[in-house]
Amino acid sequence: MRQLTMSQAINEALREEMRRQPNLIHLGQDIGPYGGTFGVTKGLYEEFGQERIRDGPLCESATMGFSIGAAIHGMRVIVELEFIDFAGVAMDQIVNQAAKMHYFFGGQLTVPLVIRAPIVSRMGMGAQHSQSLEAWFMHIPGLKIAIPSNAYDAKGLMKTALADSNPVVFIENAKLYPTKADVPEEQYWVPFGQARIVRPGKDLTIVAISGAMPDALAAVDRLSKEGISAELIDPRTLSPLDDHTIVESVKKTGRLLITHDAYRTCGVGAEIGQRVSEQAFDYLDAPIMRVTGLDVHVPSGNLHPAVVPNSQQIIDASLKMCGKQHAMYS
Amino acid sequence: MPKEIPVNTLLGWYEQMNTIRAFEESAIELFAKGLITGSTHPSIGQEGIAVGTCAALRPSDLILATYRGHGECLAKGADPKALMAELLSRSTGCCKGKGGSMHLCDVSHGVLGTNAIVAAHIPIAAGVALSSMIRKTGQVTVCFFGDGATCEGEFFETLNMAQLWKVPLVLICENNGYAISVPIAKSQSTPDIADRAKGFGMRNAIVDGNDVLAVYRAVSEAAELARGGDGPTLIECKTVRWERHSAFSAGRYDDPEERQRWRKTDPIPRFRQSLLQSGATEQQLAGKEASAKTVIQEAVDFAIASPSPTEESLRQNVYAE
Repeated sequence: MRQLTMSQAINEALREEMRRQPNLIHLGQDIGPYGGTFGVTKGLYEEFGQERIRDGPLCESATMGFSIGAAIHGMRVIVELEFIDFAGVAMDQIVNQAAKMHYFFGGQLTVPLVIRAPIVSRMGMGAQHSQSLEAWFMHIPGLKIAIPSNAYDAKGLMKTALADSNPVVFIENAKLYPTKADVPEEQYWVPFGQARIVRPGKDLTIVAISGAMPDALAAVDRLSKEGISAELIDPRTLSPLDDHTIVESVKKTGRLLITHDAYRTCGVGAEIGQRVSEQAFDYLDAPIMRVTGLDVHVPSGNLHPAVVPNSQQIIDASLKMCGKQHAMYS
Repeated sequence: MPKEIPVNTLLGWYEQMNTIRAFEESAIELFAKGLITGSTHPSIGQEGIAVGTCAALRPSDLILATYRGHGECLAKGADPKALMAELLSRSTGCCKGKGGSMHLCDVSHGVLGTNAIVAAHIPIAAGVALSSMIRKTGQVTVCFFGDGATCEGEFFETLNMAQLWKVPLVLICENNGYAISVPIAKSQSTPDIADRAKGFGMRNAIVDGNDVLAVYRAVSEAAELARGGDGPTLIECKTVRWERHSAFSAGRYDDPEERQRWRKTDPIPRFRQSLLQSGATEQQLAGKEASAKTVIQEAVDFAIASPSPTEESLRQNVYAE
């Protein structure tokens, strides 16, 4: 099968839907001839023109407001925040406007809006350009959150996002943009609220989110050499969250570890852990553990790895949970 | 008085202004009785802006307004019963009781929502206009906001983007002199808010907001230009807020002498006088006043008699299907 990078896969989903939906437009900064800060919108301006691939001024708040306005009045809108960190500038529009309009107007308005929000973790850009802020959005009812970890899911989730009538925060991890996966030529949709079992296993369940996935995969491979069979799960969407798949896995393995780059406190791991605790407490053989980013701002340059998890930390925690912390291991 | 507007039409505007006044007086009363909870923000004294603006629009045109937006919704044609029921959080309200006084919406009459985050709806209104422009629907969007909103960044951001993209938008600033308790002298760096449009190359106008005909003329011109592809206009309507910021707010902020002067600017008696001069009869005017009161009394009765939403309904509409 042909392989695409995650960046190419998202580009292809956007292109297919722009062709199919004449009322679909894309707003943002640098999405036009420049092709996007990370190259994701490359070629779209040339095909669809400036009316639909609409480069605008650098003002996240009004750009988000314009996007919401067009979305409540007959269009479907994609809007890019060049870095998820910039969501702060547009947060009122996302939280108080997009998320709530369908509810407090009694269902009269819908907001078919896809907010493309790249996480630029581990790329050395410092405290204001490197955060994993998915938990901010998961806290708010009315938003959906897609957070793919590979090219296949990214394309299928984007196709689903562009068929949804709700505001979707589509979190792309820039570190994963160049990673390749098999992507079929024919169209497909990855449904929201369906986690993927990346690797089946029986001793331990590991849930890995977005940029933590490559390290989790490496850890699972090495754990298998230690005789530990870990089941690796990618939730793919956080709202809705597929509790069921995670809970069923934990009922089988008796152990749960969650890993993400985001800050630890009130991170997505806390929510997942609590849900499992409520639904599968009697099945647990060990405390639920988290391997996450530290509650520390992201330092600059090549210092970022000091505050985000790595595969060794995932392995150490897994061994401890399985009672093998003293195993010979290097 | 514009000769081309038939007296019957003007009498309709007069009735609308009285309807809004009666609606707001009832809202204050119902709040005092505890039937409206939370807050409610009366637009008494500002009826000329709502009615003059909406009279200049087509039924298919769109408006967005603020938490002080009951009057604009009524002027655009929304049903007083559904609005009053919404203020009382009843299931028969225009938003099923979930929006309340500050979050009204009636898509069937082109009311795309009133908003309780100051200025946040200004870029949203411009986005609505952008959609009309791209899809060539011929609609004009009007955004109402107060003087307080013009201190927010989103106001300036929208002036820039709306003018840059020439969207069919009319921005109506209802300058009523106060942002809650803070008078404009303490919040605005220039005496006229309309001046701010100049920095963005946007057309602008200042009108007496308590003169319904002046508002009508200014908005008619701006809406026609917007419809013709000539972009947005900022219209500053100078007006007066008679009541407290909201029924919830404590205290008064103005001096009694100022209030005496305000009485003389009341847009309703002013319009009444000009209607008498242009041939309307005392009987006709009294008829409209009575009919406005009846409509609102019926709305109040309807709202009070309506049930609260069910718990099930309160959990619905978080996500669209």
